[in-house]
Amino acid sequence: MREEIRFLLGHEARVVKALDPTMTVLDYLRQEEGLVGTKEGCNEGDCGACTVVRVRPRDGRRLHYEALNACIQFLPTLDGCQLLTVEHLAETDGTLHPAQQAMVDCHGSQCGFCTPGFVMSLFALSRDRAAAPSETEIDDALAGNLCRCTGYAPIARAATRMYEADPRRDHVTAREPETLEALTALRDHVTLAFGQGPRRFFAPATTDALADLLTAHPEATIVAGSTDVGLWVTKALQRLGTVISLGRIDELARVVETERAIEIGAGASYADAAEILARHYPDMGEVIRRLGSVQIRNLGTIGGNIANGSPIGDSPPLLIAAGATLHLRQGKKRRSLPLEAFFLDYGKQDRQPREFVEKVSLPLPPAGSVFRAYKISKRFDQDISAVLGAFRLRFDGNRIAEARIAYGGMAATPKRASAVEACLTGADWDEAAVARAMAALDQDFAPITDWRASAGYRLQVAKNLLRRLYIETRDPATETRLVGDRSLAHA
Amino acid sequence: MPDSRAPERISGAVHQARRHDSAHKHVSGAAAYIDDLREPAGLLHVCLGTGGEAHARVTGLDLEAVRAAEGVVAVLAAGDIPGVNDISPTHRDDEPVFATDRLLFAGQPLFAVAAETRDQARRAARLAVVESEALEPVVTLEAAKAEGTLVADPLTLSRGDAAAALERAPRRIAGRMSIGGQDHFYLEGQIAMALPGEDDEVTVFSSTQHPSEVQHMVAKVLGVPSGAVTVEVRRMGGAFGGKESQGNLFAVVAALVAKATGRAAKLRPDRDDDMIITGKRHDFLVDYEAGFDEAGAIQAVKMTYAARCGWSADLSGPVADRALFHADNCYFYPAVHLTSEPLKTNTVSNTAFRGFGGPQGMLGGERLIEEIAFATGQDPLDVRKRNLYGKTERNVTPYHQEVEDNIALEVIEALEASADYRARRAALRAANAEALVIVRGLALTPVKFGISFTATHFNQAGALVHLYTDGSIHLNHGGTEMGQGLYVKVAQVVAEEFQVDIEQVRISATTTGKVPNTSATAASAGSDLNGMAAQAAARTIKRRLIDFAVEHWGVPREQVVFLPGRVRVGNSEMAFAELLQKAYAGRVSLSSTGFYKTPKIHWDRAKGRGRPFYYYGYGAACSEVAVDTLTGEYRVERVDILHDVGKSLNPAIDLGQIEGGFVQGMGWLTTEELWWDDAGRLRTHAPSTYKIPACGDRPRVFNVEILKNAENREETIYRSKAVGEPPLMLAISVLHALSDAVASVAGYKVCPRLDPPATPERVLAAVERLRAAGAA
Repeated sequence: MREEIRFLLGHEARVVKALDPTMTVLDYLRQEEGLVGTKEGCNEGDCGACTVVRVRPRDGRRLHYEALNACIQFLPTLDGCQLLTVEHLAETDGTLHPAQQAMVDCHGSQCGFCTPGFVMSLFALSRDRAAAPSETEIDDALAGNLCRCTGYAPIARAATRMYEADPRRDHVTAREPETLEALTALRDHVTLAFGQGPRRFFAPATTDALADLLTAHPEATIVAGSTDVGLWVTKALQRLGTVISLGRIDELARVVETERAIEIGAGASYADAAEILARHYPDMGEVIRRLGSVQIRNLGTIGGNIANGSPIGDSPPLLIAAGATLHLRQGKKRRSLPLEAFFLDYGKQDRQPREFVEKVSLPLPPAGSVFRAYKISKRFDQDISAVLGAFRLRFDGNRIAEARIAYGGMAATPKRASAVEACLTGADWDEAAVARAMAALDQDFAPITDWRASAGYRLQVAKNLLRRLYIETRDPATETRLVGDRSLAHA
Repeated sequence: MPDSRAPERISGAVHQARRHDSAHKHVSGAAAYIDDLREPAGLLHVCLGTGGEAHARVTGLDLEAVRAAEGVVAVLAAGDIPGVNDISPTHRDDEPVFATDRLLFAGQPLFAVAAETRDQARRAARLAVVESEALEPVVTLEAAKAEGTLVADPLTLSRGDAAAALERAPRRIAGRMSIGGQDHFYLEGQIAMALPGEDDEVTVFSSTQHPSEVQHMVAKVLGVPSGAVTVEVRRMGGAFGGKESQGNLFAVVAALVAKATGRAAKLRPDRDDDMIITGKRHDFLVDYEAGFDEAGAIQAVKMTYAARCGWSADLSGPVADRALFHADNCYFYPAVHLTSEPLKTNTVSNTAFRGFGGPQGMLGGERLIEEIAFATGQDPLDVRKRNLYGKTERNVTPYHQEVEDNIALEVIEALEASADYRARRAALRAANAEALVIVRGLALTPVKFGISFTATHFNQAGALVHLYTDGSIHLNHGGTEMGQGLYVKVAQVVAEEFQVDIEQVRISATTTGKVPNTSATAASAGSDLNGMAAQAAARTIKRRLIDFAVEHWGVPREQVVFLPGRVRVGNSEMAFAELLQKAYAGRVSLSSTGFYKTPKIHWDRAKGRGRPFYYYGYGAACSEVAVDTLTGEYRVERVDILHDVGKSLNPAIDLGQIEGGFVQGMGWLTTEELWWDDAGRLRTHAPSTYKIPACGDRPRVFNVEILKNAENREETIYRSKAVGEPPLMLAISVLHALSDAVASVAGYKVCPRLDPPATPERVLAAVERLRAAGAA
């Protein structure tokens, strides 16, 4: 076991031995390092004022840059990484980075408080994209940064403007070889055990080590991206005892495509899984594009979204409709179950003590099937769904051979619409079937009213999504979508 | 002889597009906000302890566990206040710092705890035991209307006999409109840091739009003279009215802790606490009645604006007043009767927010137009044009001010043409007739916004300018910088006056120690007032310099000319700094205050008559939206704006205000929903639940133009116009475009009466309602 955290802050090595194990990266920067350029706007990963960039080696020789929310990220998760903040972008002579200069030139700052976060998101965008992005790509890249002054137009202009200079020609790129060498030197395969007494942060490097740790610490809180657990600390002021992080386990972060299935490790982030999912299930890609933000998708995991059992998580209904299987492990014992069976009741999942989610697998879309998913929220980007409907219809001619339909936001758990499925299975796909299915939905769900939507709206929209599904599958000329790649509607 | 190398023009003159003075610091993280200031040794962190009930009688407050908690140094409640336990900005004694016997809203502060770390303070604050007897809370506006308790005096504006004119009118409509509130969501939350000084002195760094008021409140609560209190703010991370009075609480509590402990104290609430504790834009219920003829010409208007003010008056009286001042928007009401009802509720005490009631007032007026358009089967734009104020007749407002500078028609018609309104409207309607799911709507709405504080005495400002013998200039004034670019605009004025590059003008933090008795930076008046005050200070010094030159070199006055970077005296030129050195040696004061008060304005509130506004700002916006009739989701696809800023002091800054104000207004009218549960607790108190526009919500096509050749006819600072608030109301076009889209599902026969915030849920409900009405 290693008891100290090692990382690069900018290009300086840091070794941290004694700090609160759930101190956030933001508090560390501001309080311990005096780097106050990174701001706290909401302390819950929703405004982006705290955006920083984490750099990790990937595939051995390449550095991978990820924007993330420092406010909900625990310091020990930086182990083995480089952390870049707004203070690290300018050249040593003070010349601003192209992302910074473009923000100045385009009047992208007014009050300036959100600006460091935007600058870091733009910097991260410049690592993702070699050429100037499209307007949609800009929106996606900046969805996790709120600005209350500018209305975003000048910031979007800056996102284009920074490509007039080569935003990658900077000292960060120039120093990549030395960064890679330093980070490689920090890599080891021993478990990180940070903190003293009852409050410890473990970050094992292998799944076996994870299984052993959980056997020894059944009460531990398992953390993957901390996009939820982070708030237990920053908002609920919980003092977590033992924390076990999945963040250093490479094998759990894998997303593997086999001949028949996609397997997503519990530690794989949304960003890790997005591309493969979108390739086979374009609408899953579309939902994930709108789920959280770049910062959240770089941290949050599909495994975590499942394991915490929230009724408003977006990935469970998607995966349930696709026929996913959940794989759990306890010590050396493994079991699998249909994903929907994992969700027992509100806040209650079929996970035994010492057991952890190892991966989720989903079949590739069967021949003759159609998959659609619709995320309905007050705001298109970075908003929790009022309703999420996911649909897989397998056709035999015009007849529905099989219907798998799951909704989020409609019940205490992500849940299949069994009455609707029963009503559609074997039926001809026509107006009458849609009308019957919409009526059947009343038997499946009795949603609640809250600040996201009323029960009545949820029910109405859940029904209307069946109509949208029908129109999209039957009437390619009809416009049905306001955002995203509209060709997905009738694909 | 003129030096051929001398610059033709200074950098940063007025009317130049100039970047924000802090832009390079914003982007590099070097711009310091209060939480970024280096913390003094021994700094204490303060957290407010709040009650959870919306309305209750407090029977006990047990703070023992709070005091005993780790790291706690001090716990202060009402009994620990040496001065007066009140921070009402309108002097109504209805806003205790700490509640005593009554809890009047869920989240009301009862005490403060100071600890060695912020984490310790936050944890300790949750350990209090509050015993209380619950009372019935008044949460909604409907309930408040039934209850009928007012927090401030209502206003009536009346001209002609509205009742009789309504009676006579050939056509009449009546209805009720509900308008939602809005959280400011400044990215930098409320914060204050207080440093105890000698004797009774204290210095407070406060994120406030109103340092003078913070100074007075701190003095009042501490029971010390105002002279003992210094308040400073270099910049805010956004404010939007949310730091006009709402910063008082945090500043006062930080100062209390500092004086009680002798240690520096910082109070920075968590975002959730900030949103739960601080006031927001007022929600309104508007009851309206209008009489008109078959052509849609308004004959009479009667409206009541009921405002949800919350638990205390704060600025609600003037906010409700300003709603009435804008109930006419650009339209002439031949006979009119308007009343306000500033109602008390057991919710946060609503406060200033960009527009200050004006936007809500305008929404009511625009609803009338829409109703009349549907009633008479016309394009709402035609109804708008028919009812515009005239230039020399039909130009008297409900408050008896003549509209002397009316350019609404010119602005509307220019935009109508540039946005291709008529053709697009026709095309859109044709497409909607065929549409199965997605329908589109289009609306063009104008804005006329009155500029000046309606409390006439607030329309004054001071500045302080020092010149140094190296030619550098120190500039200070009473206005605060919240991102709106006030500092750079005023610096441009000073650079222009002295004809020096703006780089020579050092912008300094606003502090009550340099310029006293200032007004809030509010009412869009920041650059109008402070620009003039700084100009006055600069001109005083200039006059002294000219006097000196005349005497020293024996030239006539007109031969002393300030040229870019230099001064010509008779036939010779010298560098600006050289003149200053000579003047210094000649024992001339190179420092001056400057003062300005807005001319012409007066207001008799009791009579409802006067000229509350120096002038009006105008603008118009044309918005196109697409609406999903299955889900109520929508998207703003195109917006065209033409906006009047007079002769712009800084077109780059003004453009930013227009674009940003529009999107902020759009958020208010669309996705920003404040949601209280039945117990009166606000449940949307963080960005996870309260949804301001994101980048992807910006209009896909966004054509924003500043009106050209538009000098202010009044003698404002370099003939510019105020720009802070008016653009917010351009977003009313989005609400009306949504309404237009919704109306398509019933063949444009039924007025959708779409009330904001038009969330997808509200839009779908309107679609369903209209479908049902259309089918009936």
